[in-house]
Amino acid sequence: MPERELTFAQAVREALAEEMRRDSRVCIIGEDVAEAGTPFKVLSGLLEEFGAKRVVDTPISEAGFTGVAVGAAMTGLRPVVDIMFGDFITLTMDQMVNQAAKAHYMSGGHWRVPMVMRTTLGATRRSAAQHSQSLHAWFSHVPGLKVVLPSTPYDAKGLLKSAIRDENPVVFFEDKMMYKLKGPVPEDDYTIPLGVADVKRAGDDITLVATSSMVQVALGAAIMLEKEGISAEVVDPRTTWPLDEKILIDSAKKTSRVIVLDEGYGRYGVTAELAAVIAEGAFYDLDAPVKRMGAMHVPIPFSPPLEDATVPTEQTVFDAARLMCKPA
Amino acid sequence: MTTATSENNLSHETATEKEKWLRAYRQMVSIRLFEEQVNEVYTRALMPGLAHLYSGEEAVAVGICESLRIDDYITSTHRGHGHCLAKGASPDRMFAELLGKEAGYCRGKGGSMHIADPATGNLGANAIVGGSVGIATGAAFAAKTLATDRVAVCFFGEGALGQGSLYEVMNLAQLWTLPVIYVCENNMYNEYTHYQETTAGTILGRATAFGIEAASVDGQDVRAVNEVATRLVKRARSGDGPAFLQCDTYRYSGHHVGDINREYYRSKQEEHQWKTDRDPIVVLAKWLIDRGYADSAALDRVTAEVRVTMESAVKFAIAAPYPNVDEVEKHVYA
Repeated sequence: MPERELTFAQAVREALAEEMRRDSRVCIIGEDVAEAGTPFKVLSGLLEEFGAKRVVDTPISEAGFTGVAVGAAMTGLRPVVDIMFGDFITLTMDQMVNQAAKAHYMSGGHWRVPMVMRTTLGATRRSAAQHSQSLHAWFSHVPGLKVVLPSTPYDAKGLLKSAIRDENPVVFFEDKMMYKLKGPVPEDDYTIPLGVADVKRAGDDITLVATSSMVQVALGAAIMLEKEGISAEVVDPRTTWPLDEKILIDSAKKTSRVIVLDEGYGRYGVTAELAAVIAEGAFYDLDAPVKRMGAMHVPIPFSPPLEDATVPTEQTVFDAARLMCKPA
Repeated sequence: MTTATSENNLSHETATEKEKWLRAYRQMVSIRLFEEQVNEVYTRALMPGLAHLYSGEEAVAVGICESLRIDDYITSTHRGHGHCLAKGASPDRMFAELLGKEAGYCRGKGGSMHIADPATGNLGANAIVGGSVGIATGAAFAAKTLATDRVAVCFFGEGALGQGSLYEVMNLAQLWTLPVIYVCENNMYNEYTHYQETTAGTILGRATAFGIEAASVDGQDVRAVNEVATRLVKRARSGDGPAFLQCDTYRYSGHHVGDINREYYRSKQEEHQWKTDRDPIVVLAKWLIDRGYADSAALDRVTAEVRVTMESAVKFAIAAPYPNVDEVEKHVYA
C-alpha cells in the first residue's frame, strides 16, 4: 500500500485532533479558530468534533488570551494558543517572556506551564512588512521556552504532538507557504522528540543546515548541486531550542563546508547562533568559514520583485555553495 | 494549627464573630510585623535586592483572603508579602525566600517579588505591573472549564490601570463569565506619582464599561472589605461571573524601602493622617474592644506572640543555607 500523504496543514490538524482525543485537557484558544478554522483553514473541523468549550474563539487580544493560556496551563489545562501571524507575537511578549518562560524557574520548580503557541513565519506571500516576518529567533533567545520549526508534514505531526505533551511552554512556528506542501504522514500515533535534528539528505561535500521554509530551498539547491558533481548534505535542526548540536557539528566535520540557512534575520539571529555552534565545535575540520544566509536586514517590502530579493532561493544557495566548493 | 498564619483559609462557617475577627486581627498584625522585620533586615543589609512594604494595606489582603478557600487562587504583586501571608504562607519560608535561601518558597530563585506557593493557591507574585492579570484570568478559565468551583483573585495596584492587558482580560472574563475577582488596591501612588496624574476617568468606570460587577470599599476597614469580598466571591463561585473591587488604601512607606525622601510627591501630614486616623489595625482593635471581644491587654498579647514568631522566622532564614551553585541550571525546564 502506498504511503498516505497529507498536506502540512492536514498534518497539523491531525496532530491537534489526536491529542485532543487523547487528553481532554488540551484546548485551542485564538482568533477565528472555531467556525472559521483560521484564515489558513488549518483547524477546519475541530470545532465540530470538540465543541466550543475546547476550540475557543477570542477577541483580537493576543496579549490577553496568551496570558489566559499561561494561567490555564498552570492550573490544569494544556492550551494550544493560535497566533495567526508570527508578526503578532510582539503583542504576546510579556506573557511569553516574563510569565510563561519564568514561572517554573521563579517558583523553584513548583508551577509548570504546559502550553503551546502555534504561529507562522515566512515571506513571499505579498503580505508586506507586518505579516511576513520570521521572528523565531526572539523566542529562541529566552531560557524557559522551546522553539519548534517543522519543515515537512511528517515532522509537523510528530513534533506538534511532542510539543503538546511537553511540560514547558513551546512555540511552534509553521511556514505559511508550506501549508499546501504534501508529504507522507503515517496514521499512527507517533512523536518526534524535541531537540533531535534530522538529516534530510545525506551528502559529502558541503552541509546545508536549514530550518523551516529553508529546508525545501536547501533540498532544491542540493539537486542543482548534484548536477555539478557537488554532494550536499541537508541537516534540519527541527528545534532551535533544545538544539541538537552534535548532529550539526558531526555533519560539519564530515563535509568541512557549511552554509546555514534560516528565514529570520541573520544579524543576532538563528544563523548567527548555529554558525557559532559549528565554528566552535568543528573549527579544525572546516575548510572555509561558515556562511550564513537569511532574510535581508530590511522590513519585508510589499512590491513582489523587492520582496523576492529579501530571502534566499534555490539559485542563491546553489551559487553560494558552488563558490564555496569550487572557488573561481 | 497554632501559628498565626497556618490557620488561614479554613472554613469559617463555624467560627463565631469574635473568633473570626480576632483571627483577622492576628493576620493583620502578622503582616505589619513581618514588614517591620523586612525593613529591619533590609536596612541591616542582610537582604539583597528590593523590598516593597505592604504596611498600611493589611485590611485588603486579609479581608479578601479570609473570604477565600485554601484551594482558591491568588496572583500577587511586587508589594506581595501581605497577600502571601494572608493566603496562608508561613513567615519562616517567606523570610528564607527574601534572603535567597534554599528553604525559601522558591528555593531562593524568586525572592521578595516572586513568592509562589501551590499549597495555598498562590500562583505567584509578579514584578511586572499588571503582569499577572492574564494568569489569574487563566486560572479562572481553567476552574470553569474543569468545573472545580474555584475562584481566582487578581491583586494589583492602581498603577496597573495603565496597562492595556488588564482591559483585554477583563473583556474576556466578562464574555466568558469567569470566576475571577479583580482587586484594585488603590494606595494612590503609582510608584512616585499620584494616580490622579495618570488615571483619566474613574476607576470603577473601567469595570462597568465591560458590564462587570463593580464595587468600591474602604480598604482600611477589614470588616467592610471582607463583607463585600464574601459577596463577590460567592457570586463568582456560583457562576455569576467576574467582579472588580476597588479598595481605597494607603502605602505607609515609600515605593520601596530606600524611598525615604517623599515630600516631592506626598506630604508628611498626609502620611501622618492616614497612620493615625485610619490605621486598619487600630480600626479593628477599636471595634473589638467596643464589642467586648477583647481588651487592649489581650490585643497586646497577640502582638507580642506574633513578634516572637516573626523574630524566630528571621533567625531561621538568616541561619538557613544558600542553595548550592549547581542549583542555578535546575528548573529552567520542567
